[in-house]
Amino acid sequence: MANKFFGKAMKRVEDPRFITGTGNYTDDMSLPGMAEAAMVRSPYAHAHIKKIDASRALTYPGVLAVITGQEMKDAGINGIPTGWLHPGIKTPPHYAITIDKARHVGDIVAAVIAESRQIAEDAAQLVEVDYEPLPAVALGSDALKPGAPAVHDDVPDNVCFTWSIGDKAAVDAAFASAYKTVKLNLRNNRLVPNAMEPRASLAQYLKASDEYTLWTTSQNPHIHRLLIAAFIMGIPEHKLRVIAPDVGGGFGSKIYQYPEEIIVLYAAKKLNRPVKWTARRSESFVTDSHGRDHETVAEMAVDQNGKITAVRVDTIANMGAYLTTFAPAVPTYLYGCLLAGTYTTPHIYCHVTAPFTHTTPVDAYRGAGRPEATYLLERLVDVMAHELGMDPVEFRRKNLIPPDAFPYQTPVALQYDSGNYEANLDKALEMVGYQDLRRQQAELRKQGRYIGIGAITFIEACGLAPSALVGSLGAQAGQWESALVRVMPTGKVEVFTGTHSHGQGHETAFAQVVADELQIPVEDVVLVHGDTGRMPYGWGSYGSRSAPTGLSAIVLATRKITDKAKKIAAHLLEASPDDIVHEDGKFMVKGVPDKAKTFFDIALMAHLAHNYPADLEPGLEATHFYDPKNFVYPFGTHIAVVEVDPDTGKVKLLRYLSVDDCGPVINPLIADGQVHGGIAQGLGQALLEEAVYDKEGQILSGNFLEYTLPRADDMVQIEHDHTVTPCPHNPLGIKGIGEAGTIASTAAVANAVMDALRPFGIVHLDMPYTPEKVWRAIHGSRLAQAAD
Amino acid sequence: MADKVHIKVVVNGVERHSEVEPRLLLVHYLRETLGLTGTHVGCDTSQCGACTVHVDGQAVKSCTMFAVQADGSSVTTIEGLGSPGSLHPVQEGFWEMHGLQCGFCTPGMIMATVDLLNKNPNPSEAEIRHALEGNYCRCTGYHNIVRAVQYAADKMAGKVGVAADD
Repeated sequence: MANKFFGKAMKRVEDPRFITGTGNYTDDMSLPGMAEAAMVRSPYAHAHIKKIDASRALTYPGVLAVITGQEMKDAGINGIPTGWLHPGIKTPPHYAITIDKARHVGDIVAAVIAESRQIAEDAAQLVEVDYEPLPAVALGSDALKPGAPAVHDDVPDNVCFTWSIGDKAAVDAAFASAYKTVKLNLRNNRLVPNAMEPRASLAQYLKASDEYTLWTTSQNPHIHRLLIAAFIMGIPEHKLRVIAPDVGGGFGSKIYQYPEEIIVLYAAKKLNRPVKWTARRSESFVTDSHGRDHETVAEMAVDQNGKITAVRVDTIANMGAYLTTFAPAVPTYLYGCLLAGTYTTPHIYCHVTAPFTHTTPVDAYRGAGRPEATYLLERLVDVMAHELGMDPVEFRRKNLIPPDAFPYQTPVALQYDSGNYEANLDKALEMVGYQDLRRQQAELRKQGRYIGIGAITFIEACGLAPSALVGSLGAQAGQWESALVRVMPTGKVEVFTGTHSHGQGHETAFAQVVADELQIPVEDVVLVHGDTGRMPYGWGSYGSRSAPTGLSAIVLATRKITDKAKKIAAHLLEASPDDIVHEDGKFMVKGVPDKAKTFFDIALMAHLAHNYPADLEPGLEATHFYDPKNFVYPFGTHIAVVEVDPDTGKVKLLRYLSVDDCGPVINPLIADGQVHGGIAQGLGQALLEEAVYDKEGQILSGNFLEYTLPRADDMVQIEHDHTVTPCPHNPLGIKGIGEAGTIASTAAVANAVMDALRPFGIVHLDMPYTPEKVWRAIHGSRLAQAAD
Repeated sequence: MADKVHIKVVVNGVERHSEVEPRLLLVHYLRETLGLTGTHVGCDTSQCGACTVHVDGQAVKSCTMFAVQADGSSVTTIEGLGSPGSLHPVQEGFWEMHGLQCGFCTPGMIMATVDLLNKNPNPSEAEIRHALEGNYCRCTGYHNIVRAVQYAADKMAGKVGVAADD
């Protein structure tokens, strides 16, 4: 079958609505009689709530209700559960509105519902809360100290869970007999996801049918419906419809079940009116689940041949005040299992301690565990290469998993299905002109200019996920994906997917694949997503799963359509189904091209069923539930070139090059766009972004004035290409590409900056490399040299 | 709540008369009073630029102005720039070059770009990046936004005169 659309850089079908201002985001909607909500949030990281007096707020004109946590608990509303459990994990209750204590700045203490948002916000300031501030703890390692204030009374030591993977004795033995070892203390900075669309939720309750509808900014509406129905509110699952319309970016932050969704649903029934809430950005900063926040001791051992023999990692992973939906999975299976990277390291051990703190919850943010693993591993590799006096690229090359080693079993559970790392590395080195770059770097250094080169290789495990496997590891959800392909009598095709597109262009890319499978025009295919009322089921989009998992389900459903179409064609053409071929958009008898039926002919007859096989059901639609056999393993090489100004400490990105391998590329425009954006987010972590808390748990970078996102002039045009190593276990050989840029670029940029700073004797700095931090490091180093 | 104030604003070529609270921001006037939801709110500190519109031909973050300050002015929003059948060259550029992903920053980004090209029809890459400093995008890494602006500049240069939106 010739592909007409697969691989083509088609313009996106979603774009006309977005470029003309006719997209439909949750906050754009209003319903007749709609009320609006504002939250009363704790200004303290830790406080007893002694009394809530809403009397003044309730007399404010236009106020409809002030809702407290006690009221919701009395009404039978439960706390919000986490979706991943480890043995021995502590899961203290997480009520939508806290009842006894505030546990982080932004914790909801009461909700005001009013005729308008302005009135609700005015009245929220009139709710008098009598707080008794308590000592708070923000840093994970501080929370583990004896006598640290407990976040939850029933977890007095703040330890949510501990986790480990790997053979500790073998690792310790490898270190004991190592030729050289290196050790780094690393802080992986806490990030705020900052999708450009703030979260919003709109709930409607229909009294006549006792049905709820929730429009919300979500990456996975079915997960919300399941959690709300089965665990939190006890709404029968078929009486709750969750719709995620146009969603303005997610990056993980819109996976989770948030308190505000529960509050608007409760209020909509209580008032019998639709209720909407939309976050202000300052609320997003303290309530959208954050990312990263690790304190790590990382060590690497090598033998005298420069082969890595062991990696040992001990991490404190800050969970924040409560566990959100996937939080326990992120610093464990998505992190420790990735520590082999692209290397043949035989012995790896990773231990994680996850404390509660009085901070915003931490969960998956683009890459989720894998950027943290890649960062520490690639930092260790660069530092070790320097210790050995080797070029860091050659040290990597010596340790890469060779192409004939696949499937490759790592010592940390994963089995990589396919890969060709050295060829990918070579392509990137050639494109960037690595040897010339190193020469230029040396020449410029003589002129007092400090260029740094960070060249890293990486792997990710994505395409979540084999359900039985993740179930055995603690997931409280399946991770298969569903598809329904429905052909209409006119030959037009609706495709329903359980994944969700919030910027990834599925409406275009998935239609390209379906059009090729059915050999019909791409404009005859429409993708429907984001509505529990329309698709069979689904687990949503995260973990770069939409193409490898969701699209695989679509392809297999579409192939069922083709098989049935052949039977109908055989009947119409008075031939055996085995003799029907599907070519050039037609179903024809093999060797008799003038005996043919079009897709339209078949679609129509499937619905008329006038001249039809006796043993075949009418209609033309198919469902497929696809459970992947393994993760998929995209990989690549990223190279960053930076210049550090020693007088100001400013880091300037000069070049950025990536060669990614996500298997066959469906739409290069879209796939490359995913890489570009991912790179910018990873660069943001390396150079600009950090959620800074003071000792009292107050966030100091809680808005865009203080928290720096990458702007247009922080970036350069990215040089980008692909290698193609297909995945051997899904129908199209495709792998995910949504997170690769973020997983790779933090490490590439970090290594580039450290490479530039090496002449000053600086071995390691923690991110972000702000001008002040870099200047102080250089200045300290120069003073030290002067004193010598 | 203060007494409401009468304002007259020409929005996308249509004269609108409204009674508004003095504290009502222009962006909320556009979105909530007039139902023009193409203009977005991405922050509360005037950093993100998602709410960029044109007031009397100048790009303005509509969260930095009260609706009453727009009294007597002419405002163009993304809805007034072009339609799917007749796109403005900047809208076309964003579509052709994949200058958007989630689409949330896009209306503001497009309005800021139109303003840039009105003032500087042939900007360098550095000038484009500098001019769009006030508009955040979290999806694209700005790579294809730069290409979209270059496409639009080329397209507009090929025309007689520069397409004006207001």
